[in-house]
Amino acid sequence: MDEKKDKKRQEKEFEPDLSVDLAGIVLKNPVLAASGPFGYGHEYGELTNFKDLAGIIVKGVSLEPWPGNSPPRISETPAGMLNAVGLQNPGLRNFIKEDLPRLRNCGLRLIVNVVGCTMDEYAGVACGLAGEVGIDGLELNISCPNIKAGGMAFGTDPAATRQVVEAVRRETKLPLLVKLSPNVADIGIMARAAEEAGADGISLINTLSGMLINTADKKPLLGNTFGGLSGPAIMPVALKMVWQAAEAVKIPVLGMGGITTADDALQFIMAGARAVAIGTGLFYNPELATVIKTGLERYLKKEGLLNLDQLEGIARS
Amino acid sequence: MGPGFCRITLAAPDIASLVEPGQFVQVFMPPEHPHMLPRPFSIYKADAENGVLTILVEIKGKGSRLLADRGPGSFLKLLGPLGRGFPPPPPGSILVAGGMGIAPLAFLAESVNKPRTLLYCARTADLLVCPGADLDLPGLQIIRATDDGTTGIKGTAADLLSGQIEGAPAVFACGPRPMLTAVKEICLRWGVNAWLSLEERMACGIGACVGCVVLTIDGYKRVCRDGPVFPAEEVILDG
Repeated sequence: MDEKKDKKRQEKEFEPDLSVDLAGIVLKNPVLAASGPFGYGHEYGELTNFKDLAGIIVKGVSLEPWPGNSPPRISETPAGMLNAVGLQNPGLRNFIKEDLPRLRNCGLRLIVNVVGCTMDEYAGVACGLAGEVGIDGLELNISCPNIKAGGMAFGTDPAATRQVVEAVRRETKLPLLVKLSPNVADIGIMARAAEEAGADGISLINTLSGMLINTADKKPLLGNTFGGLSGPAIMPVALKMVWQAAEAVKIPVLGMGGITTADDALQFIMAGARAVAIGTGLFYNPELATVIKTGLERYLKKEGLLNLDQLEGIARS
Repeated sequence: MGPGFCRITLAAPDIASLVEPGQFVQVFMPPEHPHMLPRPFSIYKADAENGVLTILVEIKGKGSRLLADRGPGSFLKLLGPLGRGFPPPPPGSILVAGGMGIAPLAFLAESVNKPRTLLYCARTADLLVCPGADLDLPGLQIIRATDDGTTGIKGTAADLLSGQIEGAPAVFACGPRPMLTAVKEICLRWGVNAWLSLEERMACGIGACVGCVVLTIDGYKRVCRDGPVFPAEEVILDG
């Protein structure tokens, strides 16, 4: 009984510090909104309190507006979903004019996901964002499975990865994360290629390539035929790849893929992630950031840890 | 209601007092099923005074089955009201409902007192699930039709609309895509304003994920946020 009371008192005595430094981006806690599901933040901003989210990685921005893929674009799958949105986005100029001013004032760290079909396009977006106030970092998306050219093509070949990361590196002084595709034979090789080319951090995983067929129509279900699988179904795959990437590089890793609980987030951290991002899980629960943040705090208190430092990669040691 | 369908009534005073015909709610799955997307449902009835909403559910997949199996008194998380609904129908408007498309149109029919005609159509009698009592509204003329003639007039919604459209100031429709395509074509031909409520697979339901788009004359638009109700001349339904 007394022991119990003592433990309770101990738990009360300190507030664990959840802040982390992700490649030079200081986050108040390790929970980010992943690029895509959160759009440009406005819609969720009306809906939920952002206070427990550390930052948002906005939907991919390309040099010119992209229309996206023909519908249907999404389908639910067991413990997940398949999507082929195709990076519909308003383009760099409209993003800077319409979205960025609103994002600047939302009190969150802001990381812009950069997409392109060619190396010049990637570099062009990075260059166009260089002078803009309020951007804390870039995430280079070389892993989207849902566009015809570019995208994943850069993320599945180490030489192409190196080239595109170098090209973007020349255009930006901002912290640069490179988002890797799981659709490769050896994630470590891709992570190292990005690190050697000047990335400040690795972000993974993007979706796993997949498809569904509508048997009533006898046709692929998605307008784009192929899509990307996300959600809890891919969590163990993502976790393994985060483990392998963290082992391969010295730069910090941002882990994501099917996180829906604080325990999932802890697993990514213990595999070697500095921070985590939530995507599909936000659809199940728009308040997921709060759930994870609270759960992480509780865990640190229970373990008597002051911060997350000692947990990063602990399962690998 | 018939087998495979149900009505779910939800105590949701805030939504019930705000919702307009044509808007929808996202119904989140029970907490025992944390790995399923919320399901969008058009509002079928909204009683602001008593703070209750009713949705119509066709039980055809795992999600709808889970919702239908919830007993009275159980808790469901809702998000809404969402999307853009119908504009107010002028007197003499025609409402075209195909199958489950009755849900938003029953609400629209109930929202006004002016004379209006509801064309309530389905493939077969069993799919005209809306109880007659729910449509017993003053000033509402109802014409039922089935493709196979098992109830009402034998024919499609398009057949029925073609015979009724002359002189109508506006048409409001919800139903399967081929029906909406036909409604749009007839209304354009007659020069009658028409509003169509569209259905699409959704994830976020609030316009963030861009998963539920429809092709329009201005490019892809979000069914959940820019719709679900669109002016007929804007949407390209075969795109």
